[in-house]
Amino acid sequence: MTAPLKDPNQAYAEFIKGLWRENPVFVQVLGMCPALAVTNTAVNGLAMGGATLFVLLMSSILISALRRLIPKAVRISTYIIVIATFVTVADYALQAAAPAVHRELGAFISLIVVNCIILGRQEAFASKHTVRLAAADAIGMGGGFAFALVLLGGAREVLGKGSLFGFALFGERFEPWVIMILPPGGFLMLGAILLVFAWVAEGRKKLAHKLEREAAE
Amino acid sequence: MSVRLPETPRLVLTLAAAGLFSGLAIVGAYRLTLPTIQANQAEALRRAVFEVLPGAERMERLVWSGDGEAGRLVPAEGTTGAEPSVYGGFTADGRFVGYAVPAAGAGFQDTIRLLYGYDPERDRIVGMEVLESRETPGLGDRIYKDETFVGRFRDLAVAPRVELVKEEPAAPNQVDAITGATISSRAVVDIVNAGNQEWLARLEASPVPPLEEEGREGDVPTETGGPIPGGRQ
Repeated sequence: MTAPLKDPNQAYAEFIKGLWRENPVFVQVLGMCPALAVTNTAVNGLAMGGATLFVLLMSSILISALRRLIPKAVRISTYIIVIATFVTVADYALQAAAPAVHRELGAFISLIVVNCIILGRQEAFASKHTVRLAAADAIGMGGGFAFALVLLGGAREVLGKGSLFGFALFGERFEPWVIMILPPGGFLMLGAILLVFAWVAEGRKKLAHKLEREAAE
Repeated sequence: MSVRLPETPRLVLTLAAAGLFSGLAIVGAYRLTLPTIQANQAEALRRAVFEVLPGAERMERLVWSGDGEAGRLVPAEGTTGAEPSVYGGFTADGRFVGYAVPAAGAGFQDTIRLLYGYDPERDRIVGMEVLESRETPGLGDRIYKDETFVGRFRDLAVAPRVELVKEEPAAPNQVDAITGATISSRAVVDIVNAGNQEWLARLEASPVPPLEEEGREGDVPTETGGPIPGGRQ
């Protein structure tokens, strides 16, 4: 089962790529439905990100371990059964551990089943790599997703409610921008964050060009 | 791949194994979490009942037994959780306080589910709590965040019916609508009136049920189909 390790740092590389360079929300622009729908507070974003990370990690480990046993013709159905199972487990666990958060997230926990990030990682990665790499990839992608949701949720909560993780930040006189915790606020904030990502990427490219030119001169 | 089964049985076998694993895992998780989930729901319900019935410290679920309006309230023990029910509230020493009536109806965005306390002796509503709603944050959600609006339901006459008015209430059966949330305010009043329509005649006709002893104060429905516990469907 254990493939020869070509590069000891490969697992680290697979892990780190999902956090930033291939961030599922900000770079791949996947999983937009939960990213927009449940990120009106940082806590909701964290719970959704955590549940997704759990489902992605467990599914990736199991599917990677069974990748030689699953026939190609029924692989997608098998992935969906596995994913749906872990989603249901996560749903029950969250309902038992944090009923208030569970009520806020509502149907979106069940809808993790159809989150394309999860099925996408199984098809593109876990079904072709060792358990170790699949787990690293899942933690990276799931962590990147959770990071994106907490960032979105935190920014929207600060502007829309004047609090972060439920703690009031500005005192009584702050007039919250209610629009930010309403559905349009999700689009506005996501747009703003994507803009920053694009700026950073462009700035880096320019910097690289400049350095190249300077080196050439 | 060393195993060489014929193709079709192999596919069937794979999916059957996946289904078996899935079923076992789900049943396991369900059994493991069910007690906690039920305890959470019971706790949330109790808190709501005690909130809308000031002074209540014990409660009992009551169902309407009988055909149509000819019947009486009986303790819910031994019945399934599906039929409409109210909750009788009692003080710690067993004195009857009032009924907590669950009601639901269309709000601005989605169904609003609420619970209100009714004191049959004074024929007044003595408290109201919204259990579940998706009203607009900052506007419609003031039906449970606005102290003035919620406060109107702490001493509200129910006869002939609860009325929504646009100005300061002049009669004991009037509630003033929240500015900017008229639809949500109207929804709450309509839901309360519908609950009264369904229950008041019955509650007045029925003798106050005795509180059953043996410390069954935590008696709440365990079926998820019950009228209150649990959030979403």
